[in-house]
Amino acid sequence: MSAKVITITSGKGGVGKTTAIANIGAALASKGQKVACIDADIGLRNLDVVMGLENRIVYDLVDVVEGRCRLNQAMIKDKHIPDLYLIPTAQTRDKTAVSPTDMIRLCNELRSDLDWILIDSPAGIERGFKNAIAPADEVIVITNPEVSAVRDADRIIGIVEAEEKGTPRLLINRLDTEMVKQNDMLSADDVVDLLAIHLLGIVPEDKAVIISTNKGTPIALDTNSLAGQAYHNIARRLLGENVPLLDLDKSSGFFNRISSVFGSGEK
Amino acid sequence: MQAQEIEVKGIKNGILIEVKEGDWEVQERALLQHIDQNREFFEGARLVIDVGSRALKSPILASLRNALSDREIKLWGVLSSSIVTERASQDLGLVIMVDQSSPTSEKHPINTVLEGEEAVFLKRTLRSGHKIKHPGHIVILGDVNPGAEIVAGGNIIVWGRLRGVVHAGAKGDTEAVVCSLDLSPTQLRIADKISISPPRKGKPRPEIARLEDGQVTAHDWFEVH
Repeated sequence: MSAKVITITSGKGGVGKTTAIANIGAALASKGQKVACIDADIGLRNLDVVMGLENRIVYDLVDVVEGRCRLNQAMIKDKHIPDLYLIPTAQTRDKTAVSPTDMIRLCNELRSDLDWILIDSPAGIERGFKNAIAPADEVIVITNPEVSAVRDADRIIGIVEAEEKGTPRLLINRLDTEMVKQNDMLSADDVVDLLAIHLLGIVPEDKAVIISTNKGTPIALDTNSLAGQAYHNIARRLLGENVPLLDLDKSSGFFNRISSVFGSGEK
Repeated sequence: MQAQEIEVKGIKNGILIEVKEGDWEVQERALLQHIDQNREFFEGARLVIDVGSRALKSPILASLRNALSDREIKLWGVLSSSIVTERASQDLGLVIMVDQSSPTSEKHPINTVLEGEEAVFLKRTLRSGHKIKHPGHIVILGDVNPGAEIVAGGNIIVWGRLRGVVHAGAKGDTEAVVCSLDLSPTQLRIADKISISPPRKGKPRPEIARLEDGQVTAHDWFEVH
C-alpha cells in the first residue's frame, strides 16, 4: 500500500475545510479504505472536535515531530468507522513548531500502511499553509459561492500551481440552490468559470451539517442527507469512479417543480 | 570552502546576497553553509538574493525558501535579469525589486535600449495575487482574474476576460491602449488616468480602451475597425 496524500485548503477561513476533511475521510473509510486525517492547523485545533475524538487525545502532531512519542501513539482510532484515524494537532503551540520538511517526513512514514492521508490546512497563505501542502500529492481547494471566498481560492490555486503541485481540484461548499435561482448567490457555473479548474464536487447548504459537526458525527454517515450523499460521491470520484453531480434541485420537491412550471415560482 | 565567495550586503529592509556564477546547486549549498556558520547574524533576517541571469523555476526557489525557513530566515525577494526567474518568484509571492542602498548596475542600461518595443507573451490564467510588470507591451492569452495586476510601459492585450487591475503606459505614454475580449477590469489605468468599468450590459464583446481628450474611453472593437 502507498497512500495518496491530499491536502484540503481554501485561503479564506470558515468555508468548511475541517468539515470536508472529516466527511471525506469518513466516506472513504466507509468504503473500506484505510484513512488518516491530519490536523495541520497548529494552535487552532478543531478537527478532533468535528470528528468527536477530542477526549481521546494523548499525543499530537508536534509530539511526533519533536520525538516525544511514536507516530502510531498519536493516531486516534475513530469511534464510528474502522480504519479511520486522526492525528490531532497541538493546541498550545504555533505553526513554527513544524516545518514543511517535518510534514513530508511524517507523511512518508505513514504512507506504507494507509490508502489515504488527508491533511486539514489552516486558513491563510503563510507557514501553516506551506506546511500543509508540502507533502501533498494532490490539493483540493474548497470555496463557498461567495465573491470573497472565490477570490481567495483563486489566489491559492495560483500558489499551489507555482509550487508545482499540479492544478488543484475544486470543491464548492454550502451552495444554496434557492438563492442561486433568485440570483442572490453565485452559481456553481459562475465559480467554475472564474477559477477554471476541475470540479470535484458540490456540497449543498444543509442544516444537518451544522448539527452533525456539533455532535461530532460526520454527516457522511447519514446517507439520507443531501450533504452526506454529496460527500460520498466526492469519495467515489477520488477513488476514480465517474459519478455525475447530484441534482440538488431534488430537495425542492415535486410540487415546487410543478408550481414553477405554472409560473408561480416561489413556494 | 566556498564560503568566502559569498557577498553579503545590508540593504534598506533586509540583507542582500549576490550568488556567484556557476552551478546553482553548488552555490545554493555554499550559501546555506555560510548561513549555518553565521547563524546568529542571519537568524530572523529578511533575505533578498540576486541570482544574476539564471533561469530558476518555482520549485527550486520554493525549496530554497523552505530551507531558509527551516533556519528561521525569511526569503523576501529574488532579483534576476531572467524573466523565468522573475515570474517564478512573483508566483511565490516574492519581491523582484528592492531598494538597494548601493544598487548594483547592469540592469538599468537594458531598459533604455528596448523600452516600449519589447513585449512579453504569457499563455495562462493570471490569478488573484499575480502581478506582471514589464517596461514594454504585455500580451496575455488567458483570463486575468480579479485581484491580479498588470503594469506595462506600453500596451496591454488580453485575449480572454480581463477582470483584474491593468495599467498601460505606466511611464506616462498617453497613446497606450488596452484590448480585451471581455473588458471588465476592476480598474483600468492609462498613463496617469484612472477609470473603473461601467456595469456590463448584455454579452461581452471585444473592446479597446484608450485615452480620448484625457478620458479613458472604451469602444467596441468591430465598430472602430
